[in-house]
Amino acid sequence: MAAFRCPECGYVYDERTGNPREGFPAGTAWADVPDHWNCPDCGVRDKVDFEPVADGAETSSPPTRG
Amino acid sequence: MSSVTADEAHDHDHHQEGAVNAPEWTDGKRYAWLLGLIVPLTPFIAWGLVEATGLGVFWWFGPMIVFGLMPALDLIIGTDAENPPDRVLAWLEQDRYYRWCTYAYLPLQYASLVLAAWLWADGDLGIVGNIGLAVTVGCVSGIAINTAHELGHKRDKAEKWLSKVALAQTGYGHFFIEHNRGHHVRVSTPEDPASSRLGESFYAFWPRTVSGSLRSAWELESERLQRVGTSRWTLKNDLLNAWLMSVVLFGALLAIFGIGIAPYLAIQAVFGFSLLEVVNYLEHYGLKRQKREGEDRYERTQPSHSWNSNNVASNVFLYHLQRHSDHHAHPLRRYQALRHFDEAPELPTGYAGMIVLAVFPPLWRRVMDHRVIEHYGGDVTLANIQPRKRAKVLRKYGGTPTPGATGGGTAAAV
Repeated sequence: MAAFRCPECGYVYDERTGNPREGFPAGTAWADVPDHWNCPDCGVRDKVDFEPVADGAETSSPPTRG
Repeated sequence: MSSVTADEAHDHDHHQEGAVNAPEWTDGKRYAWLLGLIVPLTPFIAWGLVEATGLGVFWWFGPMIVFGLMPALDLIIGTDAENPPDRVLAWLEQDRYYRWCTYAYLPLQYASLVLAAWLWADGDLGIVGNIGLAVTVGCVSGIAINTAHELGHKRDKAEKWLSKVALAQTGYGHFFIEHNRGHHVRVSTPEDPASSRLGESFYAFWPRTVSGSLRSAWELESERLQRVGTSRWTLKNDLLNAWLMSVVLFGALLAIFGIGIAPYLAIQAVFGFSLLEVVNYLEHYGLKRQKREGEDRYERTQPSHSWNSNNVASNVFLYHLQRHSDHHAHPLRRYQALRHFDEAPELPTGYAGMIVLAVFPPLWRRVMDHRVIEHYGGDVTLANIQPRKRAKVLRKYGGTPTPGATGGGTAAAV
């Protein structure tokens, strides 16, 4: 289970809790979140911009793009 | 220019800078934000002025303030580019005083609507007076969308709810969905209904933004509910529950004050959301984000993609909305902490004065079109051009592209 953070506002998508309001129930893998989904709090960064949260997240390799 | 206050800002400076050299910083605008509450009081002031003078013209007090006094104050008072230092931003944002300045708008907004409904029903104002009061109330409900905008960007559920409440008076409940998840994502691209294009008049923009924003909000919310796995016809649909507030509000007012006030409720709502849309019109006029090299993705929103203004008067009445580049870079940042960027394009006057220009398209084009071209170093092809006007615009401005222009240039001011 990994977590990913919006580099703009700090919102964290945690696979354990998901984001039920956005339609991602607890346990939804990051890979199953569509690429065009953007940060639900600030709206200005896309899924592909999110950064893995340090603890235990290194194993998954999220896309890293500017 | 601005009142200086001896407040407690510095108790908060936990940084280890040399205490002697650390510049004292007080928020010069701290108490000025309370002036924003004059706006929802304008219907009361209008009533008082009519009673005191016997002159019915004062039912139009709202537009006198918004389109007369505010642009004049911008010209007289001028600009202020002061930024809070980075070290105080966190402190400034957590100070709840600033939030209460925005919350307080709402009870005054609705008190003034009830006053107006009573005056329309029993006040004997005559048709012209009734319409004048409806336009005055429309200024209140339009600027309430600005208050809703500040509140709707926050994580706090209570603030998001207050945002919907502020929008109920214009029936624009879809705004807080479309603005946050639509406009902020697509700003300054041809796909955004709320970003105006070079060569597009306000009158061409209005139907495009009103219908496009509504459609986009519906699609965004439908997509979300589809992921959740519920029908879109549910009160969990944030558009439907926000619009329901408008239905309840208007239903209650009509039940109490009679069907006769219906036309005036409609006028204030349309005038109110049109005031928002004219502000949308001037915030990104002609500005365009370019596609990233080799990708079907737009570059990140930069300070160069919003028109800004540091005019003090308009900024105080609009909660720093005119520091628009910083807002688009950091949408959750609270208004009191928004900063001016030297590299962001500056409008020649405040939003209030620019609204007046926007309703006269030839005047608007004369003032703004060359600023867009200069912003792009002479290369008009970098601008967001109205497709219907593209050939005409290119004929007029296409001759002198400057190699290497990136759109980071600063438009000349005044």
